[in-house]
Amino acid sequence: MSTPETSIRADADVPMIHITREFAASPEKVFRAHVDPELIVQWLGPNDLEMTLDRWDCRTGGEYRFLHRSGDEEHGFHGCFHDVRPAERIVQTFTWEGAPDGVSLETLELEDLGDGRTRLTIRSLVESFEIRDMILASGMEHGVVEGYEKLDALLAR
Amino acid sequence: MGAADPLSRAFSALADPTRRDIVARLAEGDTTLSELADGYVVSVQAVSKHLRVLEDAGLVSRSREAQRRPVHLEAEVFDLMTRWIERYRRRAEARFGRLDAVLAALPDDPSDPSDPSADDGGTTR
Repeated sequence: MSTPETSIRADADVPMIHITREFAASPEKVFRAHVDPELIVQWLGPNDLEMTLDRWDCRTGGEYRFLHRSGDEEHGFHGCFHDVRPAERIVQTFTWEGAPDGVSLETLELEDLGDGRTRLTIRSLVESFEIRDMILASGMEHGVVEGYEKLDALLAR
Repeated sequence: MGAADPLSRAFSALADPTRRDIVARLAEGDTTLSELADGYVVSVQAVSKHLRVLEDAGLVSRSREAQRRPVHLEAEVFDLMTRWIERYRRRAEARFGRLDAVLAALPDDPSDPSDPSADDGGTTR
């Protein structure tokens, strides 16, 4: 079996990022890995950061908050679960507390491909194209500004 | 703001399949509008319109002096954008790779007593 590939697409019409990935597991299992707090900590946080869950109540009307720690740096993220349908769909809000006024709407859908395979798609809608492109370009890493300056310079020629 | 910022223009220019195809063809070398248009069922005017969008986004340029006005791909801009998206994609891929491992270790039955994470089926409460 070939290695599954994550596909990322920037939407042309709305400030949205589309993410698609297939998994060798049933929709029920993929769903469980998103709902169970003991499972979510095993995969959601980046490799180089320590992830702790403050709250993780993945059901319609529930909410969550988690922290990423790296040395002295700490980043908090929170949101609420707007709609949770077992093995089908999770709709949630998402805020990085470093930009507390910002919020994105994440819609996750699971499609049963049969033979124990599932296609996961995430549509992440943010407030502006500018913010969307910053997320795509950086993922809140260093060098965003330099990156933009470099691109501006290239485009200005 | 909005679609007016440079990166957004570049991304939205590439959202169209015909324009992505034009970019792919230009990656092989400079070519003229008429040569490009030969490869599509749409009119020369339509291809010219696509080129203008790509040009406005800074992704291609057309020589002003030469009679043939060959279209040139601004590979440097293109590489920078692709690198950025690729970095984002790799982070997502790393996350999903960890999810693969979690899923592989997960028993089939959620009420399986050997699975400590599925004690009462109500871990979300």
